[in-house]
Amino acid sequence: MTGEHRLARGGRVDRARPLRFTFDGHAYEGCQGDTLASALLANGVHLVGRSFKYHRPRGFLAAGAEEPNALCTVARDRARTEPNLRMTQVELYEGLVASSQNSWPARGFDLGAVNDLLSPLLGAGFYYKTFMGPRFVKGTTLWAKLFEPVIRRAAGLGVPPKEADPDHYANRFAHCDVLVVGGGAAGLAAALAAARAGARTILCDEGAEMGGALLCEPDATVDGMPAAAWVAATLAELARRGATLLPRTQGFGYYNHNFVALAQRLTDHLPHVPAGAPRERLWQVRAKRVVLATGAAERPLVFPDNDRPGVMLADAARAYLQRYGVKPGTQALVVTAHDAAYRTALALARAGVKIARIVDTRPRPAGPGLEAARAAGLPVTVGGTVVGTTGSLRVSGAMVAQASGTGATDFETVPCDLLLMSGGFTPAVHLFSQSRGKLRFDAETQRYLPGDPAQAQASVGACAGSWGLAAALDEGSAAGAAAAGSGAGRSHAVTGDHAGEGGGILGALPHGRDPARVKAFVDFQNDVTAKDIKLAVREGFRSIEHVKRYTTTGMATDQGKTSNMNSLAIAAGALGRTLPEVGLTTFRQPYTPVTFGTFAGAARDDLFDPVRRTPIHDLAAAQGARFEDVGQWKRAWYFPEAGEDLHAAVAREVRATRAVAGIFDASTLGKIEVVGPDAAEFLNRLYTNAWTKLAPGRCRYGLMLDEPGFVMDDGVVGRLGPDRFHVTTTTGGAPRVLNHMEDYLQTEFPELKVWLTSVTEQWAVIAVQGPRARDIVAPLVEGIDLSAQAFPHMAIREGRICGVPTRLFRVSFTGELGFEVNVPADYAAAVWQALWERTAALGGTAYGTEAMHVMRAEKGYVIVGQETDGTTTPDDLGLGGMVAMSKPDFVGKRSLARPDLVAPGRKQLVGLAIEGRTVLEEGAQITPTADPPVGTHAIGHVTSAYWSPTAGTPIALALVENGRARTGETVFVPMPGGAIAARVVGPVFHDPEGKRLNG
Amino acid sequence: MRFSLANLIRQSFAGHQGWPAQWRDAAPKPAYDAVIVGAGGHGLATAYYMAAEHGLRNIAVVEKGWLGGGNTGRNTTIIRSNYLWEESEALYNHALTLWQDMSQVLNYNVMYSPRGCMMLAHNIHDVQVFKRHVHANRLAGIDNEWLSPDEAKAFCPILNTSEHIRYPILGATLQRRGGVARHDAVAWGYARAASALGVDIVQNCEVKGITRDASGAVSGLDTTRGPIATKRVGVVAAGNTSHVMAMAGVRLPLESYPLQALVSEPVKPMMPCVVMSNTIHAYMSQSDKGELVIGAGTDAYVSYSQTGGLHIATHTLDAICELFPMVRRLRMLRSWGGIVDVTPDRSPIIGKTPVPGLFVNCGWGTGGFKATPGSGNVFAHTVATGEPHRINAPFTLDRFRTGRLIDEAAAAAVAH
Repeated sequence: MTGEHRLARGGRVDRARPLRFTFDGHAYEGCQGDTLASALLANGVHLVGRSFKYHRPRGFLAAGAEEPNALCTVARDRARTEPNLRMTQVELYEGLVASSQNSWPARGFDLGAVNDLLSPLLGAGFYYKTFMGPRFVKGTTLWAKLFEPVIRRAAGLGVPPKEADPDHYANRFAHCDVLVVGGGAAGLAAALAAARAGARTILCDEGAEMGGALLCEPDATVDGMPAAAWVAATLAELARRGATLLPRTQGFGYYNHNFVALAQRLTDHLPHVPAGAPRERLWQVRAKRVVLATGAAERPLVFPDNDRPGVMLADAARAYLQRYGVKPGTQALVVTAHDAAYRTALALARAGVKIARIVDTRPRPAGPGLEAARAAGLPVTVGGTVVGTTGSLRVSGAMVAQASGTGATDFETVPCDLLLMSGGFTPAVHLFSQSRGKLRFDAETQRYLPGDPAQAQASVGACAGSWGLAAALDEGSAAGAAAAGSGAGRSHAVTGDHAGEGGGILGALPHGRDPARVKAFVDFQNDVTAKDIKLAVREGFRSIEHVKRYTTTGMATDQGKTSNMNSLAIAAGALGRTLPEVGLTTFRQPYTPVTFGTFAGAARDDLFDPVRRTPIHDLAAAQGARFEDVGQWKRAWYFPEAGEDLHAAVAREVRATRAVAGIFDASTLGKIEVVGPDAAEFLNRLYTNAWTKLAPGRCRYGLMLDEPGFVMDDGVVGRLGPDRFHVTTTTGGAPRVLNHMEDYLQTEFPELKVWLTSVTEQWAVIAVQGPRARDIVAPLVEGIDLSAQAFPHMAIREGRICGVPTRLFRVSFTGELGFEVNVPADYAAAVWQALWERTAALGGTAYGTEAMHVMRAEKGYVIVGQETDGTTTPDDLGLGGMVAMSKPDFVGKRSLARPDLVAPGRKQLVGLAIEGRTVLEEGAQITPTADPPVGTHAIGHVTSAYWSPTAGTPIALALVENGRARTGETVFVPMPGGAIAARVVGPVFHDPEGKRLNG
Repeated sequence: MRFSLANLIRQSFAGHQGWPAQWRDAAPKPAYDAVIVGAGGHGLATAYYMAAEHGLRNIAVVEKGWLGGGNTGRNTTIIRSNYLWEESEALYNHALTLWQDMSQVLNYNVMYSPRGCMMLAHNIHDVQVFKRHVHANRLAGIDNEWLSPDEAKAFCPILNTSEHIRYPILGATLQRRGGVARHDAVAWGYARAASALGVDIVQNCEVKGITRDASGAVSGLDTTRGPIATKRVGVVAAGNTSHVMAMAGVRLPLESYPLQALVSEPVKPMMPCVVMSNTIHAYMSQSDKGELVIGAGTDAYVSYSQTGGLHIATHTLDAICELFPMVRRLRMLRSWGGIVDVTPDRSPIIGKTPVPGLFVNCGWGTGGFKATPGSGNVFAHTVATGEPHRINAPFTLDRFRTGRLIDEAAAAAVAH
């Protein structure tokens, strides 16, 4: 037997497949098809947790996604632990281990329940009014050290996992003609109509089984078939027609241009997860048309002590009874403002539950439900109300009365162990609202309904305000057919339609008791009561957004699915306004909470961000290189030999390069081919330099400014022909520079005939630098005269190296004679190998980015992003000569003339010479005095600092106010251990005449 | 009625019937000495300090929606002052000083929680930039310290400091006085305190025009609730500032972008501080309620839509899961967007405008919440006296003409 409260037959569970599980350490048995909620109810367990603030005992309120109370933690192991799951959606599996939350030591005896006694103190917003400490303790100390830690420990729901999640998550992009969200009657009919019309159709539903409310309708028929059989036949036909069927898939976010995000649960329902199977999948669907068939959720009634275990939504009780074959109680009191609850009462009565009373809050209800109840002999009170309940861990009775204005008369106690309530149904308009469709308030039925859609979308069935099976099917079919562009839908023959049902109430029931003393819950999880909302209004919170934020109503993990309309009505009542005047809070993504893992998908570890490796990477690694991250690139940082640390390796690499030669993988440099009859003019406008007169075969160091006139990027540009330039950029700047160029080309200079192509990955670059560089390169090169006369510094030639094409630059970033060998990336490894063999044979070295940095600093060459920080002009860097102010215009030219950019006292690039062996810290500040008091204005900062193996001293580059004029002065670098003196010198520490370069 | 434990106890015996409205829901008077446009945190703080420190009581704050409904109520509440430039250091540290006893001064628990704000370095460039900040801040007397990866891990144990992740943590800066506060309470606290001093807070009152006299000076506002005569107007309208200023013919160098944030479901305490990673775009703290509060980046395109793209939120959660791999099974509860007004140098504009009597406080971009008290304090001085406070004097509109920019973003590639 799978629980003593399980009916012998009926429902969609498989009693032949019992499943064992534990809850708070107690062993229970349920069966296949159960949720944790239905299985616990089958075992008579109603108390399943404690509320957030007052630690009130709580049971199941609902049977689906709207559940606010019944949260649990499910743990498969230490890492696979998940708090705050709604038990109403946790599918049972063999061996499931679940525990309740927010109680200690046990949910039946919870010391936190002392908060319920203190509740008069703990009303809405109480924490804004206290905990500021006695006035003689200034500042925030008491809050931060005493009160806040206590509150933090008391708050929170479940315990988060302690270990990294080992599971995998998947991601899929999909396009379709018609996306249907919601697999109830309306959604199934919509999907079928669309699929029959030949549309590519995706149908998703949050449940394990498609069918929605039809799964709880054993007596209904569609087209002559029992409802369940119609569901099965429809799904089979959809599958046959190639529709994508996604159960356990929540449509949770509706974005622009019919872009809808779905979260699919793949393995949480399985007892054993197949190795490597993804746990969840994010679907990002772009749909031509969207049909929303998201149903409606029943509202609780707001009356004193409406939160005890055993107090449940009427429709939820019917779901437990008819879908899961569970009797949720033995003696039920049904309180309703909607006709549908009569159906529940009748079904429960048929199943042997005693109906103690049906209290209809409406003064004059009518309809077949009421008549059938009376015919069945069920006691019905009309115009009634509930003024309170009894019981501690389970409801034991309720005080019912006749409503009389805002009060009540004729009190009567009705014993019960199940109190079912229905305040009517709230259409699930969340996704519609997210799609930016405007909701309209239907005054007659007191509901917000979808207005005109803002995107290519239709709402059908209960979420559009319709009621009844035929309406859902026919609307769905019509919308599906229309979405597929094939005209009208079809109509369905049904029985068990309930089309005439209606009713509903918003806000609190009258009870006649002191409203300041009773707790009539509106938001169950956050323990927000009607009086909290009234207090907020009294304190001047008049917008519904204010009321929400002050009381926290609707901000719990259920996001107010059961509470928002009641709190809105109570606030409106207190303000004496209509609902539309008070407004509606925004419906935000996601509809139900979605795991971070689902969003992150496969983006973890190496897939977190693509790793870019140069074609020489593996050779460098084989040579022992250590790598650094530069943007997405891995760059060889240094090449340590046995026993060498970074500094030893760099010193050796520098010395060997300056003495013999070094080779360096510069492939990460950004490369952009700028081509077209107006290419030179385009570069004139994008760089500070003049390009028109640069002859083909020559290179120039280009400086690029941003609009405010500050250095943005730099790089050598080679002219290959009248209409073709090979532009290089910094490694990190490559995408930014290309964007910048495209932006200007497309928006400012569309008349220029220029084409831009990123060739960063097409050309690998091997720098060969040092006095023997020519000897290394020459024997491998064909078709290029490498002599100093024929191929001077800052020249470019095309030819072949090692038999493959090359663009050979004669440039230097070290101050030595140098070449940069560009070869097609596919040949780079072979060319590197050939160059390396010759370099090694001569006693040269391979060097990494650190040695490159040191050598360029010795030479006083700047690195954009290190010597510059977005506030640095060419003149600040001593590169004023690169700016062709005679050009009619270039980006940044006008800004360069701004007063502050030409004012005296700007920071200028200088070198710093330091006595002793201390290498300054990059970023250290510079002051005129050795012992600056706090608040001293810094006259500059250290941009680069290294031990210079060439000079045998520490060197540094710095930006210092009026720096060039301070040459020879002593400045100070204050450090925690005292200031370091430094002498301002020129920024070039090595070969200032440039003899080696031109050799 | 004063907020205190004694009054809370007294009221709990009286069914809390005695609490008055926290602020008067004022209707606009025909004329005021000054009007602040925009009842966000900055605008309300401005009004409060104008009344409290400059004795201006016949003033109003007009708001087109509900107070605190813009970025004040939408941000991730990170508070810190470890900025690079001396101008920014002074401004944000002024604010940080005011945060210290704001709850007591306003008699409203704004829950300022100096739990430490940590910024992660993931590459050598980050290390250089962050150390530059530490050095600059030390010279300015602002607490900011450098932590090794192990020290960062000790301060925030859930941080993934493995050397084998895609972008290993190479170190971090920590400002211990940095932290968070309760954003709504800041707006409400200033509103309540300002209202008590006589400031009219006029909600649902949209400015439709700025009227000027023959000399060109401000003479009043046209609003949806009628004209208001005033000779001083301070515009503090965040993403909508450009629209309001255009009514007086003032063009501002602002671009408005959607910026997203999200929270997880509440869980028991797991995150003791604020962690920011500008390099991989992840910002996280945990609220007192238990929700992980996560900030994302801005969309790439300008927009006034308060919904950002899914891919932006996804990218942020990629990074969060990388830095805190145990959060993968936690769930996003709610996400939302706000419109941030961004200047070319990512620093605010606080001061006079070419129109006499018209002042502006805008351009806070993605990081204005932390500055709320300081911003309000110096802007109150500016509007009340007609001249900028020493601290906001550099934050002129004119700097975009002179080129005297205060470029925090360029200096650090930092969102703030």
